[in-house]
Amino acid sequence: MTQETTKSTYWQGVRDGAPFILVIVPFSLLFGVVATEAGLNVFETLSFSVLVIAGAAQFTALQLLTDGAPTVIALISALAVNLRMAMYSASLTPWLGEARLGQRALAAYFTVDQSYACAIVKFEQNPRWTISQRLRYFFGVVTPICPLWYAFTLVGALVGTKIPQGLALDFALPITFLAMIGPMLRTRAHLAAAFVSVTCALVFAFLPYNLGLLVAGLVGMMTGARVEVLLERRAGARA
Amino acid sequence: MNIDTADLWFVIIGLGLGSFALRFVFTGLVGDRPLPAWLLRHLRYTAVAVLPGLVAPLVVWPAATGGSLDAPRMAAALVTLAAGYFLRNVIVAILLGALTLYGGLALLG
Repeated sequence: MTQETTKSTYWQGVRDGAPFILVIVPFSLLFGVVATEAGLNVFETLSFSVLVIAGAAQFTALQLLTDGAPTVIALISALAVNLRMAMYSASLTPWLGEARLGQRALAAYFTVDQSYACAIVKFEQNPRWTISQRLRYFFGVVTPICPLWYAFTLVGALVGTKIPQGLALDFALPITFLAMIGPMLRTRAHLAAAFVSVTCALVFAFLPYNLGLLVAGLVGMMTGARVEVLLERRAGARA
Repeated sequence: MNIDTADLWFVIIGLGLGSFALRFVFTGLVGDRPLPAWLLRHLRYTAVAVLPGLVAPLVVWPAATGGSLDAPRMAAALVTLAAGYFLRNVIVAILLGALTLYGGLALLG
């Protein structure tokens, strides 16, 4: 592997983050529109996106508030949707743990599905990157994503008109995530984890507050770890 | 119905602080203290254990169709996943998935 400069990992991150513009723009636009329709003013809508910076949780909170659910329930449900962020945080810790506290805090704020998914793949592929190269890459991925998240929330709030249903924007999110998952399935342990996760998510979908996803995540991780051990043992026995 | 302004800000600020806490809990507080091997082994599978579980219900019960199985969306999901898996290219997979979705909606919708 060629020696990479710190600068080049930043631009590599920008390149890897860029395709997600296709998702971020319609998704944040939609949030701006929906929030305005729910009666939020422009400042409130934009604050939502800047402070929370997590689409699924924002939609959940907004939906429950509009339905007249108790505020505490709306808050807890949206936080439950974001519980996966704690798993991302744990997963990134071995790679970013040596950074300065301020940098870690900034990386934590910008830990979203896309930045996590890109970073974990690249960090595992390039275990010899220095902490500075890893941080540059991480913030590179964030660069084309997060500013647009704020900007198009604002546009959605200002435009506020209905987006044509025929665009099927609801499916932009599943398609991007599926596209990201495909290349992550490198070993039988990954495949097993993903398969078990899907099964659990569907079986436990009836649980409130999105807890089904938490079950799916934990059982999926346990499956992956277990299969990894079994595969190693089998390889060891053969050698 | 109208959302009360105080309630709204309670949720916005609470969700903002809470989400940051969830993101910061390990990266920030554990830092460079070494984690045990068994935990690291589990953490290696975080992405493939969370993202598929996040997407599966959205594919099987799409909100746009009121939660009933939808052929164009299911086909788009399968094409995207297969393209991502075999071609190892995220952008190509997204484009093929979008093509399948719009093609399917045009044919069946």
